[in-house]
Amino acid sequence: MSNDIFVITEHMDGKFSDVSFEMVGKAKELAAALGGQAVAVVLGGGVDVNGFASDSTIQVDDPALAQFNPEACGKVIEALAREKSPRLVLFGWTATGMDLAAWLSARLGQPCVAYVKGVSLDGGGLTVSSQVYGGKMVAEVAPQGDMAILAVLAGSFPVEAGQGSTAASQIASPVPLDGLKVKFVEAIKPAAGDVDITAQAKLVSIGRGIGGKENVELAEELAQALGGTVSASRPVVDAGWLPRTRQVGKSGLKVKPKLYLMLGISGAPEHLEGMKSAELIIAINTDKKAPIFNVAHYGATADLFEVAEAMLELL
Amino acid sequence: MNIIVAIKHIPSIADDLPVNGSNLDFDSVDFVLNEFDEQSIEQAVLVKEASGGTVTVVGVDLIGELDNVLHLALAKGADKAVKITADDPGADSHQQAGWLAEAIRDMSPDIVFTGVQASNDLDGQIGPMLAARLDLPYIGGVSSVDVVDGAATVNKEFAGGVGAKYAVSLPVVVGVQAASKPPRYAPISKVRQIAQTAAIGKVAPSGDGAGAGLAFKKMAPPVAAGHAKMFTGSPKEVAAQIVELLKGRGLA
Ligand SMILES: Cc1cc2nc3c(=O)[nH]c(=O)nc-3n(C[C@H](O)[C@H](O)[C@H](O)COP(=O)(O)OP(=O)(O)OC[C@H]3O[C@@H](n4cnc5c(N)ncnc54)[C@H](O)[C@@H]3O)c2cc1C
Ligand SMILES: Nc1ncnc2c1ncn2[C@@H]1O[C@H](COP(=O)(O)O)[C@@H](O)[C@H]1O
Repeated sequence: MSNDIFVITEHMDGKFSDVSFEMVGKAKELAAALGGQAVAVVLGGGVDVNGFASDSTIQVDDPALAQFNPEACGKVIEALAREKSPRLVLFGWTATGMDLAAWLSARLGQPCVAYVKGVSLDGGGLTVSSQVYGGKMVAEVAPQGDMAILAVLAGSFPVEAGQGSTAASQIASPVPLDGLKVKFVEAIKPAAGDVDITAQAKLVSIGRGIGGKENVELAEELAQALGGTVSASRPVVDAGWLPRTRQVGKSGLKVKPKLYLMLGISGAPEHLEGMKSAELIIAINTDKKAPIFNVAHYGATADLFEVAEAMLELL
Repeated sequence: MNIIVAIKHIPSIADDLPVNGSNLDFDSVDFVLNEFDEQSIEQAVLVKEASGGTVTVVGVDLIGELDNVLHLALAKGADKAVKITADDPGADSHQQAGWLAEAIRDMSPDIVFTGVQASNDLDGQIGPMLAARLDLPYIGGVSSVDVVDGAATVNKEFAGGVGAKYAVSLPVVVGVQAASKPPRYAPISKVRQIAQTAAIGKVAPSGDGAGAGLAFKKMAPPVAAGHAKMFTGSPKEVAAQIVELLKGRGLA
């Protein structure tokens, strides 16, 4: 066992995600307290690997890692974790980290906490806080044993603390990566042609509270009266009420408008990831305990239809 | 083709969530089908319709009320339903994954669907754990699945409409984010009728029973860094205050 902390970084199109730096910064702080090293792990190439503030950075490059492949990444990470026995393995709770963190946990029989917002050490013991119930509750847990796997929500720690200039060392894959059952075929690019919600100054954003496709028109009218556009949470898009191009959030688009007027959106962590830095956030929701009220600047516990219709009369 | 869908019954997050000790008070919350499981049921039924096979839904019955969601799944096009009779609302993900893996192994699956996540839980995903235990590949965040000649082609989403297409040889565990079409609606009358006639298979939990290795310290609503300034009054009064605010900021 070591007191090292492994950070599984992630990159796409030649750029590391912010959460990679956030985790490296946090790992440095924790490793210093534990007397170990913060080790940034980079899988694949085509990216500048010398920009972390880690104690060391290792890069495993192999043709099988050229694009994200959950099977190949899993094999490499499992082999590294078995060989080096780090105290913690950090993943981002992202489209890629979600495929790997719990998998590694089951392979190694070690505890895993997802949705991590905070990690602290008191007297050598580890306390991890994580969001549960769509952000309505926070749980504090103590992982038992010698190793723990944590999947960290983007935006939980400062990015700057993880930026630096540690030179990476390259290693060969610790396991053979031939005969994979999962094969990358091709990249999928976003559909073009619709309005670009990331370029809009004003968004009227609708959630499941809108109730049905027939009610989307009311939001369209309100957006038009305000000189803005309609965006949405994921369930609205999954139900086919609006196109994918309008989705805000973790698996949608990140927006930063001057006005983000939310009608019937609860404020799940995945939605917040896409809009929390909007300049003015106003939320209308019938549930006074909706998590969105902890994030919005203004709000009202009210029926979105009544408020939207009344606003239309005034505009 | 043997298509398995693992579905989960979770406390409705639309409700108040009372805490009892270090966990939710399970007696005073409503249980509903995890929203991503509605998507995975639909995706499984679409695969069956396109490529043939049977769809079996399976779940760990944690509170003795799983039949409701199993009936719903049957009404939406699943062919068989099986419950693992654990009756332990406090069972953690590792234990549940262990029981599910044993039950699913016995079903000789060609493809296993799970939801990408459930909004209630803590230590991650059953899908990847099932794959690890069954020694199958896992791919999550999936928004379409086609099966041809023993291989699946799946689209995985990253963010903002960017994703990738993967080819995977079967068997595989797939974590569904969204079905390739919006889930079909099952009329209540059909669900009721199925509830009266459907036979639900029962399996006792088996396996090593290894737990997640997490000690719960506490659970509480988040300590908010801030709170919205709330407009009060009738909807008309609320609307007037919002419009005034927007005008004051040159936004209306
Ligand atoms: C990997 C992953 C990625 C995801 N990516 C995204 C993403 O990019 N974007 C995203 O949004 N979600 C995403 N999600 C889904 C996310 O977890 C939530 O399920 C989703 O954000 C909830 O959307 P919602 O707030 O519209 O619905 P709900 O949570 O169901 O909330 C609806 C709200 O409407 C309120 N309401 C109902 N009726 C009315 C009324 N008449 N008037 C006023 N209020 C009313 C209710 O009180 C409730 O708060 C993702 C999930 C996963 C697992
Ligand atoms: N008790 C359970 N019974 C059956 N399937 C489950 C259970 N728990 C989780 N799952 C499956 O795993 C997915 C992810 O859930 P979770 O790991 O709890 O976030 C769900 O969408 C289900 O498909």
